[in-house]
Amino acid sequence: MTVSGVEGEERQDYTRAESRQIRARSIRLLGSLIRPLRARIVLTILVVLVSTAAQVAGPTFVALGIDSGLPALLKQDWLPLSFAVVGFLLTGTIGALLIAWYTVLTARISQAILIDLRKRVFLHTQRLSLEFHESYTSGKIIARQTSDLDAIRELLDSGLSQLVQGGLYMLFTAIALFSIDWLSGLMLLGSMIPLYFLTRWFQIASQKAFRETRTASARVIVQFVETMTGIRAVKAFRKEKRNELEFGDLVEKYRYANERTINLFGIFDPALVLIGNVTLAVVLLVGGLRVATGGLAIGVLLATLLYTRSFYAPAPEIAMFYNSYQSAAAALEKISGVLEETPSVPDPTGPIALLKARGTVEFREVEFAYKEDRIVLPKFNLKIPSGQIIALVGSTGAGKSTLAKLIARFYDPTVGSVTLDGVDLRQLHPKDLRRAIVMVTQEAYLFSGTVADNISLGKPEATREEVIAAARAVGAHEFISALPNGYDTDVNKRGGRVSAGQRQLISFARAFIADPVVLILDEATASLDIPSERLVQEGLQTLLADRTAVIIAHRLSTVAIADRVLVMEHGRIVEDGAPADLIAGTGRFAQLHAAWRDSLV
Amino acid sequence: MSKDVKKKAGTLASIMRVYPYAKPAMGRIYLGMVAAMLAALVALAIPQVLREIVDGPLKDGKADQIWWPVGLVLLLGIAEAAMIWFRRWFVLQPGTHIEARMRNGLYNQLQDLPVAFHDRWPSGQLLSRAMSDLNLIRRWFSFGLVLFVVNVITIVVGLAVLVSINWMLGLLFTVCSIPLWIYGYVFERKYSVVARRSQDQAGDLATAVEESVHGIRVLKAFGRGKFALRNFAAQAEQLRGTEIEKAKAIAGIWLWLILVPDVSFALCLAGGVWLASLGQVSVGALVAFFATATVLRFPIESIGFLLSMTFDTRTASDRFFEVLDEVNTITDPASPKQIAKPKGRLVFEKVDFRYPDTPESFPGLLRDVNLELKPGETMAIVGLTGSGKSTLTALTTRLYEVTGGRITLDGVDIRDLTRQDLRTEIAMAFEDATLFSASVRDNVLLGRPESTEEELRRALEIAQADFVYELPEGLDTKVGEEGLSLSGGQRQRLALARAVAAQPKVLVLDDPLSALDVDTEAMVEAALRQVLASTTAMIVAHRPSTVMLADRVALLQDGTITAVGKHSELLAKNEHYRFVISSLDEPQGSRPVVAGPPTTPIPIVRSGVGRPSTEVGT
Repeated sequence: MTVSGVEGEERQDYTRAESRQIRARSIRLLGSLIRPLRARIVLTILVVLVSTAAQVAGPTFVALGIDSGLPALLKQDWLPLSFAVVGFLLTGTIGALLIAWYTVLTARISQAILIDLRKRVFLHTQRLSLEFHESYTSGKIIARQTSDLDAIRELLDSGLSQLVQGGLYMLFTAIALFSIDWLSGLMLLGSMIPLYFLTRWFQIASQKAFRETRTASARVIVQFVETMTGIRAVKAFRKEKRNELEFGDLVEKYRYANERTINLFGIFDPALVLIGNVTLAVVLLVGGLRVATGGLAIGVLLATLLYTRSFYAPAPEIAMFYNSYQSAAAALEKISGVLEETPSVPDPTGPIALLKARGTVEFREVEFAYKEDRIVLPKFNLKIPSGQIIALVGSTGAGKSTLAKLIARFYDPTVGSVTLDGVDLRQLHPKDLRRAIVMVTQEAYLFSGTVADNISLGKPEATREEVIAAARAVGAHEFISALPNGYDTDVNKRGGRVSAGQRQLISFARAFIADPVVLILDEATASLDIPSERLVQEGLQTLLADRTAVIIAHRLSTVAIADRVLVMEHGRIVEDGAPADLIAGTGRFAQLHAAWRDSLV
Repeated sequence: MSKDVKKKAGTLASIMRVYPYAKPAMGRIYLGMVAAMLAALVALAIPQVLREIVDGPLKDGKADQIWWPVGLVLLLGIAEAAMIWFRRWFVLQPGTHIEARMRNGLYNQLQDLPVAFHDRWPSGQLLSRAMSDLNLIRRWFSFGLVLFVVNVITIVVGLAVLVSINWMLGLLFTVCSIPLWIYGYVFERKYSVVARRSQDQAGDLATAVEESVHGIRVLKAFGRGKFALRNFAAQAEQLRGTEIEKAKAIAGIWLWLILVPDVSFALCLAGGVWLASLGQVSVGALVAFFATATVLRFPIESIGFLLSMTFDTRTASDRFFEVLDEVNTITDPASPKQIAKPKGRLVFEKVDFRYPDTPESFPGLLRDVNLELKPGETMAIVGLTGSGKSTLTALTTRLYEVTGGRITLDGVDIRDLTRQDLRTEIAMAFEDATLFSASVRDNVLLGRPESTEEELRRALEIAQADFVYELPEGLDTKVGEEGLSLSGGQRQRLALARAVAAQPKVLVLDDPLSALDVDTEAMVEAALRQVLASTTAMIVAHRPSTVMLADRVALLQDGTITAVGKHSELLAKNEHYRFVISSLDEPQGSRPVVAGPPTTPIPIVRSGVGRPSTEVGT
């Protein structure tokens, strides 16, 4: 088993080496996020150093005020007291101003890191091949980009700044204590031994608990999203009651996981207070004895007590940081796993530009297998001259879509190469590839935004006229004009309203406006009614006049406009010829065609 | 401005709406507060002991008398830790129960709300409510609320102690902290607006993420990954701007929270030492004063983030109740009727339907629809894309509610049945087949989990879904989000099997065969005939072959049923019907391929569909 990429991310039983490997990759990720911000981080650290030092100086001035200000004042000398008061005011003001500045500085840094990470994960998700998406499922990848990023945001937002501020505060307090009374300092140092063991225990116990929280919350998210996106089926089949139980169960598991993590904290926090208070008593005892014997000034004793007391004040916050650190670390581990996935369809390193493609597609000695032992397309050669319209027919699972997806470079062939105008698709500049080849699939997905936005996704710089022309070409103009706001109707608000057929028409218009030289239609007219399909086909005839096209359709009406028919079975092309010739023959296509004709009227 | 007035309706009132969920937990939360209160009092008592030590044994130099008071300090210290432990023990677990209760409540409400609601709300927005918002609320209850109450009381008691040590110094300290309260009020108004905006923007961002994942095939096909990134980045930038604004507001309150106590400290130092020099206050009292003020320091500072946490919680609560307050328009009747012997007679009587957000000037989608499906009859619904066929099918199970007229099942208005009963009698198969993360078996038996193996096998056979036996774990293979992904055709067959397996009195099939190839479609149709012989069925059809399954056909045109009859009759008599259903043209091969509009043997009435123009940018 390995833990590279997203493999094994749900496991709880990492070995030592695996844990180290995972941690190393999240640290690498973190490093790369922080690097561009070095200068700002240095500035921020300086600010927090000065501000904390200023804050910590407080009790020293109190000691000064009591020990030298008071006796001097008795002699009508205001100077030492004024010095203490002004010093206190000055350091306090500087400290407060710098803290405010520091708050804004850290927010800027954390937001910069977040936006960088958001963009990276988003882009990487887009880069990863369909193969990855089909196995990793959308719920998980959404969880990576939402709840996991939330965990990191929380750490950066409050946790980290609390840690730095709190940690420095503790450090400076310890230094100050040492400098005014080293014996008390030593006692504080002694209290750090139990502190160390306590923290260590907490760290180990909570790490495991937090991983479980993440997994449990991901399950809740998956079930939630699935219910909301499939709400019609849920209702139609009365799944509500069963869902209620299932979801309730997941929620309870998540709740329990949460409870366990906070319970750990519920022990950690009072233990910290206990250590702090015992230390205070010891410092008081020793200091008190020394004051009583004249070995120590009262003001200094007060200052040591104030310091000891405030030394532990930020500790709970730091532990809280640990809380958010744990969940953020777990989140970062998973995100770094996704980022570690190498796209199986990578962008070329030295891309070849193809400004004016003609549209000749060729398969050379191509073999394709999803997994090593499952060959879907055995070795074959195929040349589609530019301008040819191919109808790809065959029963479900014959490999039609796979062949089409190889042309669109959703996958790369396992052996051999697919070329466009002689250029291997793997070397072609992605921009040119996507401009030249467009694939329209059966599932016509609409993004939120207007109808026009959705069409112009095919050509973002398109004018309204072009959008309308494309809609007209596929016969979508009429129904779009009939929508409340025409082309500016928000499909999200009316998403349930645009019928499956209308969605297909919009996605058709989207492909037409993209104006590719090679157009692949994978069952793109399945949901259309016959008149719409007729319109689309009429449009196709003129439109495909100077384009290469591969059309997959169960309805053989498509064959009407094809120059050439390829019949596929079990991954092989078993018939190849002009439609009329094949129909006249006695082969597989002649049978299919006869069956189809029977299905009409 | 009314929004502003509403905002003022009060943070506390807003949060208190959560109370019903929190109620069972409140007992422990109160106990937690008591424990926290005791912890704070103990912490405040320690300086008093210090004062006794300083003014007693230390002043007199009696070292042997130090032991007892120090022992007391130690005891108080241990007591404080114990009280903190109690506080957490009381409070943490009920907090998680509040969160879980609310999450379940939200989920159940969402399941109950009509489809129209879900059309309006992107699931990203719902998800951010179910996860991050509820998380916030939990933390506020188990942490924020207790600390807030206790810290405020600690501050008040602490100030009182300060006054009691020396009224002048105490008063000075109290007066100095007044600006803090003023600023806190200003802060509330500034911060809550930004906090709400940030949460909404985060919800939008989640929606963008979701779409980019669900629409990945489209984005890839057009190479628009970068384009999507730009939009996403723009949204993320907006959120960043809001977050920075938020940070500035927080920085503002930090400034005051630190500055004010420091200034008060300094002034009290000056005043205290001066008073001590006049002999009006003992050194021990001075020590106690500063030690107490130090104890107060953290509670005062914490007010800042507790405030921001409270406002965040308030917006979270507002967002939660936005969903919970949504009135469900499709509910069970108060006194539901039952159909004693369901036969499956489905009748549409003068049914009107318009979507709630359709502008006034537009006609409703369905108008005066009258249609009767006799028991056992199969009715095909034929009409152009967008004519309302799918909506008509959705009305039968009250996924949407008629806005006029009524639908009856065996003479009973479907609104008089419980939804449970109605949806048991009527089963649907949708064109976009949804599979859930569960085994094939569970997915198919969704509508009738108690079915036998034999019934399951038969349903799969009818839908020609025998491919399931070849899946890695056969019927137990997990499919859906967390399982194996299936092709569109496979999903559609499972959805069909699901509808058949439910053994309803009425089957409603919304273009259930669109993704199947011709061979499979023919086989499904042949098998489906057996079921349809005894079941009332309503089938949305695009293809003549599907229409052939039906006894009669209803033609949906301009929002109403314009013709009902046998396929052959309509084909002979109705022009629009011919236009909608007859094939593209004669099967090819018998005619040459022509460029331009094909000539059709049937005169086409282009009702509602204009001639295509083909001048698209070549």
